[in-house]
Amino acid sequence: MIELNGVNKTFRIAKRQGGFSRAFRALFSREYEYIRALKNVSFTVNDGEMVGYIGPNGAGKSTTIKIMCGVLNPDGGTCNINGRTPWKNRVAHVREIGVVFGQRSQLWWDVPVVDSFELIRDIYKTDAATYKRNLDELVELLELHEILKTPARSLSLGQRMRCEIVASLLHDPKILFLDEPTIGLDAVSKLAVRQFIKRLNAERGTTVLLTTHDMQDIEALTERIILIGKGQILLDGSLTQLKAEAPKGANAEEMVAALYKEYAI
Amino acid sequence: MNLYMKFFLMHLKSQMQYKVSFFFNILGQFLVSFAVFMSLSFLFMLFDDVEGFTYQEVLIGFAVMMLGFSLGEMFGRGFDTFPRILGNGTFDRALVRPRNIIFQVLAGTMDFTRLGRAAQAVVVFVYVIPNSGVDWTLTRVMTLVLMIVCGTLLFFGLFVVYASFSFFTVEGLEFMNIFTDGGREHGRLPFSVYGENVLRFLTYVIPLALVQYYPLLFLLGRETSLLYAFAPVFALLFLIPCFVFFRFGLSRYKSTGS
Repeated sequence: MIELNGVNKTFRIAKRQGGFSRAFRALFSREYEYIRALKNVSFTVNDGEMVGYIGPNGAGKSTTIKIMCGVLNPDGGTCNINGRTPWKNRVAHVREIGVVFGQRSQLWWDVPVVDSFELIRDIYKTDAATYKRNLDELVELLELHEILKTPARSLSLGQRMRCEIVASLLHDPKILFLDEPTIGLDAVSKLAVRQFIKRLNAERGTTVLLTTHDMQDIEALTERIILIGKGQILLDGSLTQLKAEAPKGANAEEMVAALYKEYAI
Repeated sequence: MNLYMKFFLMHLKSQMQYKVSFFFNILGQFLVSFAVFMSLSFLFMLFDDVEGFTYQEVLIGFAVMMLGFSLGEMFGRGFDTFPRILGNGTFDRALVRPRNIIFQVLAGTMDFTRLGRAAQAVVVFVYVIPNSGVDWTLTRVMTLVLMIVCGTLLFFGLFVVYASFSFFTVEGLEFMNIFTDGGREHGRLPFSVYGENVLRFLTYVIPLALVQYYPLLFLLGRETSLLYAFAPVFALLFLIPCFVFFRFGLSRYKSTGS
């Protein structure tokens, strides 16, 4: 269960200036500008739900995910995930979540991916039986037999993304955060990833929250969408509901573009 | 510790993937530090002693600093390259793993090519230990070991401070090199040659002299107090503010995210 209530976050960005003497002075005093990344963000996601978290670039999606992962502390508001506050009880919290940052790898570049998996097993202290069961199952589902012994640097982007997902699921997380999991993938890989996420949610009841810019992801995966723009939750509802409001015959892309326009974000 | 060994093997495996590059890097590190050694030797071709220290005596201090620095850098490499780790998201990954943060940074990066520099120091030790005229009692051997171990930890602490600064700023970090690279470069001579004020600074603020100058006096029999023999241990107190500073930086990072 994920519960966010009135979460606020403001970033203080230093104004940077060139030159050595200014850079030195900047060590002691600086000018700042303030950017409100999140304004009063509240939503609840129940166990086993699958939610698409969408919004244009810079809307606050990643900031929200970082707060839910315990990487960032908010300025105000509460966040309760499985009974814990992420930033107060980091170690216990992260044990129960899995995170995939689509643009950043957690695999070791130069060693076979299975070695990376084993190290992750040791980091999470996953017991041997659970690890083996999960690995076998995930490898089977994502068809990774042949590439387990390949170093990550020799994998295609699609293969690597599938391995990233496996790496985030080896410790049986109850919640999975996917930050742009299909970015840059070809059609076949996208389908494989989508199908897998769907099965994961259906068979294991893993709660999934994913951000994406690919509306086909949303159509294929989630019944519920949360739209964020300029740090505010603008819409929280079902895809069907959204479709009903949209002009007839519009596809998902057009619907969302219309939404962005409507809210002027 | 067990997990650290596993990280260690992963790094070794990764770096051995590029064997030629790996060995050339080690060789390069060796040659660079050899140049430093040569400059020291040339100095002593002109002078018989520096501030009352003979060539062999100076070499002990030189090798201690060199070995301490290279080991500190090899294991603490993650802190040395910390701005990059913050920038490329590796650090966020560490934060979503159920392990101690400092441990993860420590285990996350190791650079074995630094062994080249360490090898240089070992070669110097092999030459200087029998030729320095030091009467190697058990206490003196122990003091030398303490100098190396505490020197490694002290340089490691300096890298942690360096890393902590990058939580606050990406500009002007170079000044920290005065203490890390500068400590190594200037540490080839006993710190007393730089004058009283520098020595005082290196005793009470950044205690590099506690792992080099003072115990060296004990090794050479110029001081007999055990305080000098155990001076390196006191240098470890420096690690406390280093880690406190890192924690402080971390809490700030979590509230600013940059």
